[in-house]
Amino acid sequence: MLKTTTLEAMLAAYPELAVSEFRGGTRVVAQRGKLFETLQWFLCQRGFDLLVDITCVDYLNYRDAKDRFGLVYLLASTETNERITIRVYLNEPELSVPSVVSLWEGANWMEREVFDMFGIVFDGHPDLRRILMPDEFTAYPLRKDYPLQGRGERHNFPVLRRNQA
Amino acid sequence: MAPTAAPTFQTHDLAHDEPVDYIWTLNFGPQHPATHTTLRLVLKLDGERVVDAMPDIGYLHSGFEKIGEHLDYNQYVTVTDRMNYISPMANNIAWHGAVEKLLGMELPPRAKYIRTILAELARISDHLLCNGAVGLDTGAFTFFLYGFYQREVLYDIFETLCGARFTNSYTRVGGVSQDFTPLVIEKIRTFLKTFPKTLEDMERLLNRNRIFVDRTKGVGVLTKEEATNRSATGPIARASGVTRDLRKDEPYLAYADMDFKVCCMKSGDCFARYLVRMAEMRESLKIVAQALENLPSGPVNVGQDERTALPDKGLVYRSIEGAIAHFELTMTNRGFETPHEECYSAIEAPNGELGFYLAGDGTDVAYRARCRPPSYIHFAIFPHLIRGHTLSDVVAVLGSLNVIAAELDR
Repeated sequence: MLKTTTLEAMLAAYPELAVSEFRGGTRVVAQRGKLFETLQWFLCQRGFDLLVDITCVDYLNYRDAKDRFGLVYLLASTETNERITIRVYLNEPELSVPSVVSLWEGANWMEREVFDMFGIVFDGHPDLRRILMPDEFTAYPLRKDYPLQGRGERHNFPVLRRNQA
Repeated sequence: MAPTAAPTFQTHDLAHDEPVDYIWTLNFGPQHPATHTTLRLVLKLDGERVVDAMPDIGYLHSGFEKIGEHLDYNQYVTVTDRMNYISPMANNIAWHGAVEKLLGMELPPRAKYIRTILAELARISDHLLCNGAVGLDTGAFTFFLYGFYQREVLYDIFETLCGARFTNSYTRVGGVSQDFTPLVIEKIRTFLKTFPKTLEDMERLLNRNRIFVDRTKGVGVLTKEEATNRSATGPIARASGVTRDLRKDEPYLAYADMDFKVCCMKSGDCFARYLVRMAEMRESLKIVAQALENLPSGPVNVGQDERTALPDKGLVYRSIEGAIAHFELTMTNRGFETPHEECYSAIEAPNGELGFYLAGDGTDVAYRARCRPPSYIHFAIFPHLIRGHTLSDVVAVLGSLNVIAAELDR
């Protein structure tokens, strides 16, 4: 799906990117320090104008995994219909990456969800708050060390009575 | 009521500015007849004008992605039904499409065609509800009832096909759970014959209806650049002039064999989104008719060697291979193997690009099952669309985005 010209241009610009292929999709592993620059290059130089999704995988129990988190950026181009997956690996305690809201407005809620579910901080995000979980929630529920049944948070939610509201 | 040009207002930075006494706050939802589902908006109003809208979501969050890490690939399809329950078939197809891509599995042609037909019927069902709800919220009750009657016919088809009207859970890894029976084909043929007439009636009711046009035209305008920049997909992006349609751009299932048009508009307002959905229903009918005429014969599941689909009951009872295959699939410590890989696969769901990002870890339970929900991404655009419009436009814009809260919060 990715054109060879794009791939060549990418490797010429960023030779350190590790490229792999799976089922016709091209994945690229970027360095944490160069993530924003790489994404900006794809948007401005190669016209990847659609940010399809931002998500995260917690590799806590994953076989042969060296890093704790893998942050995934799925980009697409509405002109050439190319797709690319850009991944970056993060480890505690450095769980922060630059926000891409300045590049794609649509990243706003996607980054908030990743923050809500995995606790990854996006520096420069305009409004980084929890989005799906309540504000009082302290854990990051999609991390692998968080149990399916929860840790009893639901029982401790403050009860708001009518006369207090 | 509808402003002809985008109204200009003094913008307020509500978080930092001094509070101004003429701005008042209105809580819209979480229970409101016009939100249709459970979502909440906090509106800042200047008289009747919306200065700002702050969505507050999460009321229906039920941890679908966490559950996806504990149910196997065949079980999780029941959860996908409950994401966008307006078109559950499309969710089933998106989910198992992603699983089959992870496994590198090629479907038999009949299964591809059956899935194509059902995906298009799901699209019709979704657009009928979405447009019906826009009509209902702007005062066109008859239109809504026309749409709902036809949805009932579609539910009947799904019920005949798989026994469930609402939560179909129809697909399986490597195929579908039931083959088409002659009765199902006959019902779909009847629907193909009767539906265009209703569609014409519906168009005659609203397309030139003064009240409806005034309430939707020029309301909630999304330009082409904004649509792409804010990750809009599907009918919402196409109403703004983005020509992206995964059925054409990345043909999956049997779409490469079909002759259909991608419906686009340029104005990007609520009326354009309504018209795109109406036009897409006609194209869906064309696809269903073609697929039904050219429906190949053969199996609807991959062979027994693939070890993913349950074998036919006759085989299970009468042959040892069938019994073993059934046992291997249903026991909790067995199942099929998946590669240690990650992949993303998306389909053009009625609402936009519905994709699943899967990480396989060797077992038949996903290590990570991320859903890319179009409702979530489209609802993020809402505050931008509603700023400067009146309070009564909130329901028109909300309806035209087709936000399904179960998919929004998952």
